[in-house]
Amino acid sequence: MNRHTVITHFILIVGALFMTLPVWVAFMTSTHAPETIMRDGLQFWPGGHFLETYNEVLFEQGGVMKKVTALGMMKNSLILGIGFSVGKVIISMFAAYAIVYFRFRMANFLFWIIFMTLLLPLEVRIIPSYKVVADLGLLDTHTGLIVPLIASATGTFFFRQFFRSVPDEILEAARLDGASTWSFFIDILVPLSKTMIAAILIIMFVVGWNQYLWPLIMTTKEENYTLVIGIKQIYQVLNEGGELPQFQKAFALTILATLPPVLVVLVFQKWFVKGLVESEK
Amino acid sequence: MKRVQFEHSPIPYLFVAPQLLIIAIFFLWPAGQAVYQSFMLEDAFGLSSQFVWFRNYSDTIFNSSWLHAAWFTAIFSTLVTLLSLGFALLLAVKANEVIRGASTYKTLLMWAYAIAPPVAGLMGNLMFNPLIGDLYHFMNSFGYDFDHKLHEVDAGFVVILISVWKQVSVNFIFFLSGLQGIPKSVTEAATMDCKSPTRRFWTITFPLLAPTTFFLMVTNITYAFFETFGIIDTTTQGAPGGATTTLVYKVFQDGFRGADIGGSSAQSVVLMLVVLVLTVIQFRFIERKVHY
Repeated sequence: MNRHTVITHFILIVGALFMTLPVWVAFMTSTHAPETIMRDGLQFWPGGHFLETYNEVLFEQGGVMKKVTALGMMKNSLILGIGFSVGKVIISMFAAYAIVYFRFRMANFLFWIIFMTLLLPLEVRIIPSYKVVADLGLLDTHTGLIVPLIASATGTFFFRQFFRSVPDEILEAARLDGASTWSFFIDILVPLSKTMIAAILIIMFVVGWNQYLWPLIMTTKEENYTLVIGIKQIYQVLNEGGELPQFQKAFALTILATLPPVLVVLVFQKWFVKGLVESEK
Repeated sequence: MKRVQFEHSPIPYLFVAPQLLIIAIFFLWPAGQAVYQSFMLEDAFGLSSQFVWFRNYSDTIFNSSWLHAAWFTAIFSTLVTLLSLGFALLLAVKANEVIRGASTYKTLLMWAYAIAPPVAGLMGNLMFNPLIGDLYHFMNSFGYDFDHKLHEVDAGFVVILISVWKQVSVNFIFFLSGLQGIPKSVTEAATMDCKSPTRRFWTITFPLLAPTTFFLMVTNITYAFFETFGIIDTTTQGAPGGATTTLVYKVFQDGFRGADIGGSSAQSVVLMLVVLVLTVIQFRFIERKVHY
């Protein structure tokens, strides 16, 4: 190895440590007793309280919060992640199909509206959005949680780019065979888009699972909390209590909130990277 | 637009209807409401409201705390964008060079993409916790009195560090794929013409990456404006004294905590305009210099 290669590996190792060490330390610290953490600070190696802490956090009610367990919050997060990604893929595939494959008056105008929703996420219009959902009686419901998030048309944008890369000859051939608009879509375009659909499902699952501000303001009941917003509430309680702060539980919760999206991204790494990069073009 | 398309028919309207309906109810209507509310002033009991022209806007924009938030947002998003892009580019270039361990490095550098900003914020918060946090003690070990609960600069440092950490992975993925898209023949020709790898990078590789960089600049600024909400809310909550309050965080604080609907709506509208103007500027002045 020459000097240049050594430096390259050194930079990469420092970068990899920077990206992974915080989560490693969080995981290791979560396996220690609260007394150890208070006395010695953060931990770099496993402790003996893994089962005890995670069991308590996942299954026991009335620990730090009254009604919910991490398992319950995980279920809500899964509903949000899956509902959001599946809903988004279906709705945006339809819209992108119309925009790319049909000549109609609104097409251009529609594209600009979709572009606007990308630039102005829910955060800027959070209060009126909250009011609309409240007026529709959708607070604390899955519909109210998921549907407003779909309004940001990222998926439509992705599929538009992808459909444009599909060769024109395919449509010509299908029309010669007398395929209807619906059968072209369902029998030809959907199978062609398989990888893209998988990639966008993965990306949107992560985006949905990681939602913060919207679930935070539109869920009022503890049993509707998702993990990502739930852990913040727990963290606040941890700090306020008069007893020994339960740092190991706070760390365990951050690990649990991280685990499912990270697993999805690692397992489907190839598809996920492809889908993400494809969106740029 | 496709060269070959289906003929005129009502069918496309059916296909866009679900998307359009959702956008109309949950995007256009709330955005319109924000504009409407920004001209109205509610009385103390929320019973009646009255049209007040631009009073909410002037109250907002000439308010020192809003100006401070605007200033902080500008510095914050510039630093987060530049640092996370720079760091990610360095790592991507290096990851593209190595042969041994390439896929391991790649995985380790990109997996943090999946972590939610508020979860990253919470982890960072715990690491900087004075009771247990090693980072807190590390910062103090230089003899500098580090306290992100009290000092504005320190609080800004914590928020920026976590925001950069969270954004490096996605930038890395895009830069690496951009680098892999450069044809082998181009790099080989460059190697023959120019011995210095640094010069080769700045004269050949970097210009070829310009479209990726431009795209990432737009997404990184949007990230710094909006998605860092979760990081700020789980670390400093805008403290000390509003020093780390971004414009988005202020919209939330004034609207929900302060129940100032008119003022918060005016801020929303101003923020939308800022984002639109920024995007137009980026497209007009920067994209022109990018060669595809």
